Amino acid sequence: MTSITNFNSNSFEMRILYIVLFLIIGISSISAQVPSPGEAQSKPILITNITVHTGTGDVISDGAIVFKDGEIVSVGKSTEVDAPEGATEINGEGKHVYPGFILPNSKVGLVEVESVSATIDASEPITISPNIRSIIAYNTDSEIIPTLRFNGILLAQVTPTGGLIPGQSSIVQLDAWNWEDAVVSMDEGIHINWPMAKLPPRWWRNETEWRDNEDYDESINKIKELFIDATAYSQTDPTDENLKLEAMKGVFDGSKTLYVHANRAKEIISSLSFAVENGAKKVVLVGGADSRYILDFIKDNEIPIILADVHRLPMRAEEGVYDPYKLAGYLTNQGVKVALAYNSVANSRNLGFYAGTTAAYGLDKEEALKLITANPAEILGLDNYGTIEVGKSATFFISSGDALDMSGNEISHAFINGREVPLEALQQRLYEKYKKKYDLK
Amino acid sequence: MRKLLFFFLLMSGLNVVAQNPFPRNDVEDDRSGRYAFKNGTVHIDPFTEITNATLLIEDGRVVSVKENGTIPNGFSITDLKGRHIYPAFIDPYSTFGMPEVKDGGFSWGKKEQITSPRKGPYNPNMAIRSDVQAAELFNFDKKKADELRKAGFSTVVSYHKDGIARGKSALINLAGEQTNEMILNANAAAHYSFDKGSSTQDYPASLMGAIALLRQTFMDANWYKETNPYFDLTLEGLNNSMNLPQIFEVEDKLSVLRADKLGDEFGVQFIINGVGDEYQMVNEIKETGASLIIPVNFPKAFDVSDPYIAMDISLAQMKHWEMAPANASLLHQKGIKFAFTADGLKNLSDFLKNVRKAVDYGLPVEQALAAMTTIPAEMIGANNVGNLRSGSYANFIITDKELFEDDAIIIENWTGGDKLIVNDLPEVDLTGYFTLNVGGEKFQLVGKGSPAKVSHELKINDSTKVKTKSSWKNDQLSLSFDHDGSVYLLSGWKSDDGFKGKGQINSEWITWSANRDSTYQKKEKKEEEKDINIGEMIYPFVAYGKKDLPEQKTYLIKNATVWTMEDDGIIENTDILVEGGKIVSIGNNINSSGAEEIDGTGKYVTPGIIDEHSHIALDGVNDVAVNSSMVRMKDVVDNSDINIYRQLAGGVTAAQLLHGSANPIGGQSALIKMRWGMSPEKMLIEDADEFIKFALGENVKRSRSSNSIRFPQTRMGVEQALVDAFNNALDYERKWNSYNELSRKDKERTKAPRKDLALEAILEIINEERFITCHSYVQSEINMLMHVAERFGFRVNTFTHILEGYKVADKMAEHGVGGSTFADWWAYKWEVRYAIPYNASLMTGAGVTTAINSDDAEMGRRLNQEAAKSIKYGDMDPYEALKMVTINPAKLLHLDDRMGSVKEGKDADLVIWTERPTSVYARVEKTFVDGRIMFDSDESEAMQEEIAEERNRLIKKMLKVKENGGDTQEPSRNGQKNFHCDDFYYQF
Repeated sequence: MTSITNFNSNSFEMRILYIVLFLIIGISSISAQVPSPGEAQSKPILITNITVHTGTGDVISDGAIVFKDGEIVSVGKSTEVDAPEGATEINGEGKHVYPGFILPNSKVGLVEVESVSATIDASEPITISPNIRSIIAYNTDSEIIPTLRFNGILLAQVTPTGGLIPGQSSIVQLDAWNWEDAVVSMDEGIHINWPMAKLPPRWWRNETEWRDNEDYDESINKIKELFIDATAYSQTDPTDENLKLEAMKGVFDGSKTLYVHANRAKEIISSLSFAVENGAKKVVLVGGADSRYILDFIKDNEIPIILADVHRLPMRAEEGVYDPYKLAGYLTNQGVKVALAYNSVANSRNLGFYAGTTAAYGLDKEEALKLITANPAEILGLDNYGTIEVGKSATFFISSGDALDMSGNEISHAFINGREVPLEALQQRLYEKYKKKYDLK
Repeated sequence: MRKLLFFFLLMSGLNVVAQNPFPRNDVEDDRSGRYAFKNGTVHIDPFTEITNATLLIEDGRVVSVKENGTIPNGFSITDLKGRHIYPAFIDPYSTFGMPEVKDGGFSWGKKEQITSPRKGPYNPNMAIRSDVQAAELFNFDKKKADELRKAGFSTVVSYHKDGIARGKSALINLAGEQTNEMILNANAAAHYSFDKGSSTQDYPASLMGAIALLRQTFMDANWYKETNPYFDLTLEGLNNSMNLPQIFEVEDKLSVLRADKLGDEFGVQFIINGVGDEYQMVNEIKETGASLIIPVNFPKAFDVSDPYIAMDISLAQMKHWEMAPANASLLHQKGIKFAFTADGLKNLSDFLKNVRKAVDYGLPVEQALAAMTTIPAEMIGANNVGNLRSGSYANFIITDKELFEDDAIIIENWTGGDKLIVNDLPEVDLTGYFTLNVGGEKFQLVGKGSPAKVSHELKINDSTKVKTKSSWKNDQLSLSFDHDGSVYLLSGWKSDDGFKGKGQINSEWITWSANRDSTYQKKEKKEEEKDINIGEMIYPFVAYGKKDLPEQKTYLIKNATVWTMEDDGIIENTDILVEGGKIVSIGNNINSSGAEEIDGTGKYVTPGIIDEHSHIALDGVNDVAVNSSMVRMKDVVDNSDINIYRQLAGGVTAAQLLHGSANPIGGQSALIKMRWGMSPEKMLIEDADEFIKFALGENVKRSRSSNSIRFPQTRMGVEQALVDAFNNALDYERKWNSYNELSRKDKERTKAPRKDLALEAILEIINEERFITCHSYVQSEINMLMHVAERFGFRVNTFTHILEGYKVADKMAEHGVGGSTFADWWAYKWEVRYAIPYNASLMTGAGVTTAINSDDAEMGRRLNQEAAKSIKYGDMDPYEALKMVTINPAKLLHLDDRMGSVKEGKDADLVIWTERPTSVYARVEKTFVDGRIMFDSDESEAMQEEIAEERNRLIKKMLKVKENGGDTQEPSRNGQKNFHCDDFYYQF
């Protein structure tokens, strides 16, 4: 105590000390919580002695990859790949390399703590708001983001929620200074939350049975009216810009994907027929819990599905206990294009284990990998991502074991567009801190 | 004695009425009310009938029933012409004449109602209303009374449907000059339920809270009687009604058992008013010894014509539709005594129709009649209703034929001597084939139907028929029809061989006659296929319920890789012999002649997974009192939760079912094994130690409700609430100790302290007879609770969730508390912002016994994967990782002497996996509980097919009902409860 009271805090030395202390604490705490994004690739990199899971279904054992300026220039057996001049070499030590996982339909960067409303920027209280753009609220410094990278997720679709038409999503890469820097595909889709015809019981009113959604017809009408008006609007060139109708234009010319969110059989049929009949060029079903029951419709219309959840309970007691685990495999084997999403943002780092689960229940492991790499890339229109192939973005990671298995997923390197990105962050720093405290090795 | 006295009072009622004290506005008009009914079949009671009987009644009472009895002068005589007289029905469960009750709801997200808003010297809890007397609230409703009478009732027991203790009901006759006369007994029965009704007070918010409240109330009543500590109208009422029949209303078959068990604690045998699903647990209900009051509101078939809608109707709903009409018959076969009630019927006229249906489903007619007459009478101790013995009330119905014939109709209802015409039967027979001569033309007139319900049509020729309007009123027949552009309006009277009269054709007056050529031959109704196949019973009554419980056989698992979870580690090529539910031996080349062999080659065997923190299989999760240590999750175990089966499919064999985390001191845990198909009672783990849920942090301090007024709202307040509870418990102990130390004489002079179930539970914690599992997140609160415990001289058993356990793991190890945590949950609320997936590794490293728990029905079925996450986060050895869901939770639940590892002598709770159990690719092939194969993946797939077939059968049957024009209902899916710590919601 005395030393502080006697201290002349205005002394030059003290000020220097303060500044130094501030810088040390400041920098270390910033880098602990939100590490700086990796720097652009300056030199070609060669990875050798690695098993390549290409995301196309192929596995190249004893493989090698060369990438330059963020682009894959060579993939193949170690013996077939030559090291370019001046390349940095990474010895893969027999590990595995996977395309960066892609997380569709996510609130990442929009939601920090799900129960604290001040940390949430995911939904407006407006029923119809196609004009809303998620990208401008995307927080690159979200502490959730490094936890995704740590498990191999390198791209995400930032998606607004709430209301019947919550707005537009964008695709981001998960290591960026700001949203402009992060964006991979801007405003690439419009989302519809198809209303439920029946609503679950309200336990606080002693209800035990599902009830009719009284607003169902009105909600459907609202969506219909928007589509009718937007179609008309898109055929003219009005001087008065209508933000909502303007936002819808891309749905009709194919520049924006229409993501239709529905889970129950009836709603899936209603919503998809609506979307197809009303001129949406690219339609994707999101949710799709009941999709096995309406397979013909989905196949006839060649609609890809983003399954919202794998680790969920069956919809009905009568269903097979493992049906949710089997669904992706079932649909894939029937020729449907399937990607996986994750319901809660904080836990979405487990996306890889969703794919692993589908492999445990009926899907080939490399096919399971596609559900979170090549397939979402195709569904989300990311031509440059999702597979490890020549000409594609060098967006992949190295794991010492099977990345779809929690007992194998251990990532040593990750690259986004050739940039090596930081993996460790706050959680690892806290781990180290307490490991030290308890003297653990 | 009181009953006898009451009976005499009733018998002397004749005189009371004679000296009518009620003011009148006329001369006295006291008629004797003497009626005689002859030439009928009189059913004196369900087992006694007299044909050619003469029934005499006077002043509303039965004088006599005699075969061909003589009729004294002064009696008005009715010739029954072979009709039947039955005692009128008694509804033992009615709200007739009672005020409407508005549901009190729950203050979810609003300002809490902590104390009772009821003014006056009443019980501290608004849902305890034993002071209520239905007779005081009774308001005669003539219209409703007549509806009941038309359905065959003369007498009802009316209770006020409000609250958990509902006060006294009244036995009421549905007719009489004055209300005073109608109330046959103002103290008919005492009533209870688990529904708090209009109470706006928050506690109890759950079923287990309601049970706890009633348990405490019965204790309080006893204490009140003995010590008279203060004046409480409610407890006075309760004590005054303890000698009456005790009727308990429940909402399902499980609560039949719950109510009975509660009664057993206090030596009370409840009569239980169920909902008609009792057949699903008929064996357990038989064991209760309770009589039942059951409804006949059988569900209508679902309209399943749209397959996507049909999909949402559960197998249980479909099977219940098929089986519900057999409920009475199945109960009867088991020897369970029951009465019928019309309660729950939308349409009273369905009462008799549905009782007949119960008869079609195998209930003997005498038993059906008894369930409407003598049994309800006996239940409420009334012997002068429900039969037609001398002196009984003249409460009876007249029917045209035997009551249980399909088309028998009630003609009259007599209640206390008051006649109500239910169906006005014409005195002439209008049925038959007549030749109608009218205006020079001849037609065939056909009177179809039964005498009670006739319709006429004109048959011009084989293909042309003309509908007519016809009626018989005031001894005149009216008949009208259109034919060939002419309007015929006829009116007539009886003639020797038919009818004749005058009429108009297009305004021209004519005469007409209709002569009967032959009597009407009812077209033999295509014997309506009464499909009374009721399908097969399954236990529990949901999808994947089984027809028989899997047997406890002798099994020999051969040549497997066994993860023992003991010092033996992983042993390969090993055999395990299971016998009598136990692991008998583990080793190489075990031989056992009688054993069923299971090839374990390439398979992995682990002990069953134990979930330290689960909310499955419960009919409630949170109550709201700051200290709800008196609520018991054991009271609300639901053995029919499909999630039990789903946990088995994930290798889970045991779990701690915890109270939620809405309050600092939650309720007492239930430790169960996943004994799918057994009763809730049998699912409980025998002789397990007692546990209780505590909770700290955001949920407890109501962070998400800005309107909350409840203390505590900070972690600071939580500490005080806890210390206060422990202090109070010690004080309570001191009071009892000093009372118990008194001499017998002094005890008589001293008021005994009140038994307080909440404080007793807290005291058990201090005395280390009950162990705390505490929901907790941040380091400050974890530290705090350890200090509180140490201050009171005990140790916290387990911190659950404990996501910041890693920050105080050294202190936890020192305190000796275990940690049961999530593998990687975080960021779902503020207090888990610094939750890290390395928590389990760090706690383990610091020497804390660590488990991974679920708190979630879905995660619960892949706890092996959750444990495996510590391999990724913290490099844990896979074998150590699996301990976190087997032996470690067993230790935390004090069950490690019999579960949690593969060891000779332990319970045969085993899982056979297809792969290394810490791999995401591992699937469960078989799960054993106590040596029974409770889950088998192949069997499960076969069952899925069977379920589909059974549904298909039922759907076909329901479609047939629709085709045949039967009543159907809109499909409405039952909600599935899915509980978490924080609250509960329905899955969709």
